Amino acid sequence: MKKLTVLFSLMFFVCVANATEDQITFKSEQQKSTYLELTAELRCPKCQNQNIADSNAVVAKDMRVKVKALLDEGQDKEQVIQYMINRYGQFAHYQPPLNVATSLLWLMPIGFILFAVVLQVKRSKSKNDVNVSETGAVQLDSGQLDRELELLLESNTLDGSSVDNSSKDNKQ
Amino acid sequence: MIPELGNFALYIAFAFSILLSIFPAIGLKQNNTRLMAMAPNLTIGLFVFTLFSFACLAYAFLTDDFTVVNVAQNSNSLLPIHYKFAASFGSHEGSFLLWLLMQSGWSFAVAIFSKGLPVDMRTRVLTVLGWISVGFYAYIIISSNPFERTLPYFPIDGRDLNPLLQDIGMIIHPPLLYMGYVGLSIAFAFAIAALLSGNLDSTWAKWSRPWTAAAWAFLTLGLTIGSWWAYSELGWGGWWFWDPVENAAFMPWLVATALLHSLAVSEKRNAFKSWTVFLAIAAFSLSLLGTFLVRSGVIVSVHAFATDPERGVFILVLLTLVIGGSLLLYSLKAGNIKSFGKFSVFSRESMLWSNNVLLVAATMVVLMGTLLPLVHKQIGLGTISIGEPFFNQMFTYLIVPFALLLGIAPLVRWKQDKLNNFIAKPLVVIAISLTLSLTWLFAEFDEIKPLALLGATLFIWIMLFTALELKQTLNKVSFSKLPLSHFSMVLGHIGIAFILAGVGLTSQYSVERDVKMNIGDSAELKGYEFTFEQINNIKGPNYEGWAAEIYITKQNKFVAELHAEKRFYPVQRNTMTEAAIDAGFFRDIYISLGERLPDGAWALRIYVKPYIRWIWLGGIIVALGGFLTLFDRRYRNKKALAKG
Repeated sequence: MKKLTVLFSLMFFVCVANATEDQITFKSEQQKSTYLELTAELRCPKCQNQNIADSNAVVAKDMRVKVKALLDEGQDKEQVIQYMINRYGQFAHYQPPLNVATSLLWLMPIGFILFAVVLQVKRSKSKNDVNVSETGAVQLDSGQLDRELELLLESNTLDGSSVDNSSKDNKQ
Repeated sequence: MIPELGNFALYIAFAFSILLSIFPAIGLKQNNTRLMAMAPNLTIGLFVFTLFSFACLAYAFLTDDFTVVNVAQNSNSLLPIHYKFAASFGSHEGSFLLWLLMQSGWSFAVAIFSKGLPVDMRTRVLTVLGWISVGFYAYIIISSNPFERTLPYFPIDGRDLNPLLQDIGMIIHPPLLYMGYVGLSIAFAFAIAALLSGNLDSTWAKWSRPWTAAAWAFLTLGLTIGSWWAYSELGWGGWWFWDPVENAAFMPWLVATALLHSLAVSEKRNAFKSWTVFLAIAAFSLSLLGTFLVRSGVIVSVHAFATDPERGVFILVLLTLVIGGSLLLYSLKAGNIKSFGKFSVFSRESMLWSNNVLLVAATMVVLMGTLLPLVHKQIGLGTISIGEPFFNQMFTYLIVPFALLLGIAPLVRWKQDKLNNFIAKPLVVIAISLTLSLTWLFAEFDEIKPLALLGATLFIWIMLFTALELKQTLNKVSFSKLPLSHFSMVLGHIGIAFILAGVGLTSQYSVERDVKMNIGDSAELKGYEFTFEQINNIKGPNYEGWAAEIYITKQNKFVAELHAEKRFYPVQRNTMTEAAIDAGFFRDIYISLGERLPDGAWALRIYVKPYIRWIWLGGIIVALGGFLTLFDRRYRNKKALAKG
């Protein structure tokens, strides 16, 4: 309760004005958004896994102040990131650098998609030969027969001829 | 006494799992129906004793039995009773017992609800679940026993539950997430059972589908609630951080989503057979990998449990056995199945194949992004961080084709369709979507941001196509005859649309101010006037602190009165920010109270976050879609199931 009274008395003195100060005054909206982007992308080196915007650690606070100071000096986003990386290491930026090892991050998913597309186009090309000449409507549901058909199909497409294909696929 | 009973029940459950993993399997080998019939009963026993064991642990927590190490370390006599319950799964040991409860609960459900299955199939599935259980029960008994005692010198009071976890989210998020995580073991068990039987026709897909849908729906809900919890509890307004532990739960979800779609193809078209099996194995393997990452301490995360290398090694062995064993079986049994189905480049199958490819590519992005920093450091290239900028960039690229295909895929016919039918329609729809989303953004925001426009356009695109598809289908089939699983799809897709719009808009148009306020001060943000009315000392059951009262108006009209708190938990000596949120369909107002500045003023962070609720709304809609599948007649009718 004592704390409260002290606080209240303090406040009566201070709060005559109604305007509110921002903790940080930005030169422009542009600077503010760059600052917010940077503090979200830079990693607090001492924390478990937090960016410097969310962390209350001392080092995160220092880094926030430094980011603002560098922006005020007129440095752009890339320069600030570079400064932080030079000072705290690559670890301090959530975007990985591009090198032989990290290139896998991009190459693997892209490679997989390309592989799948090529596979699919190739496969359905061979299938189209079959579809053209489809006739019967025999329903088969056994895995064994299916597999045999598949083998038959493949051997036929290999030598380029089409085949009368009857399978369950004719059933919509 | 009660903890000893719990411990004892855990050992009995372990014994049940050993029996379950051996005798029904022998029964299968010798075609002995009596041995096979043991499987459901052993599963019931497994579940009952695990449930009893968990109840004993919960009892120890609820009665403040500080002679149990786990209770002494994670609870406190002053902790509110519902958090005492939640604390029983707040530690590594306790959460693992919850995991086992879920595991045995799912197995129990299979034993009870799959009487329509052929005896051999049911036995195989339960046996596989038994094998998994043996590993997990051995793990908890050997390295993570939650019933260890502090005796003879026990503390008078406990060290309290981490204040971060003292939230309603802690009560619902872990059980839901574990239901999903562990539920994927059922899809895995069905896949392995199908491989073992060598019969990979459409029947097993039909059996596995409702179970997979249920697990996936729980996982969706768990992730959604987790995201909402992080947002409301952590105090900085973020809803997804690409933290390794979040990624660990997201990867199984991505693969399970692919699995759900591939199962549909397997069931309806008897295609994608071995691929579907592979996805089922991958989904469960990734949930095990997630467990390993979270509990071994190999990754740095905000979620980290108290970690212990011994535990990590054990899970790694388990992981290797499961992945290695199942992939070996897969290569032996599924390697000779070449049938992928016969369909043309432009067909429903092809669309669903693209869905799978994109989801697997997304999984690769997350997997690589989570694990590469470890490898990078190990091979001496230095420490790197992979986070938001990388993942956001990759997911933006992946989501565009994914969402576009998601829109049209349900309209494309199975096997073969004419591409010509799909030139005019998408062009018209994309034109309408763009116009509508531009109008929307112009009307509501000051500027058009490309990523927001993307999210909004994809939202409208999916909504329009979903409506179109529903209309076309209802022309052919009457509303009452339409299978429920069709509505599942509709809900699933609409939910994704909402998530896309929510993510796009909130990430681009959220605004914040970091202000310094005294009593009586007011600050403006996005047309809202925030007045700092007063600040009061508060005292909770196990904390004390400050509550700031903030009065919000818009154009002199009352909007809300919020209480943002700063709490101090003396037992753990932790200060927590309890953000105040005025939630709305179109926007959230979010205030978190910072520290008191030397001059007596208070630091406050004020956010206005448009459409952020749509993310969780979307997640809930998606999950509802998953649950709806369970009520589909096809999966409930025993005769239909037996016929396959």
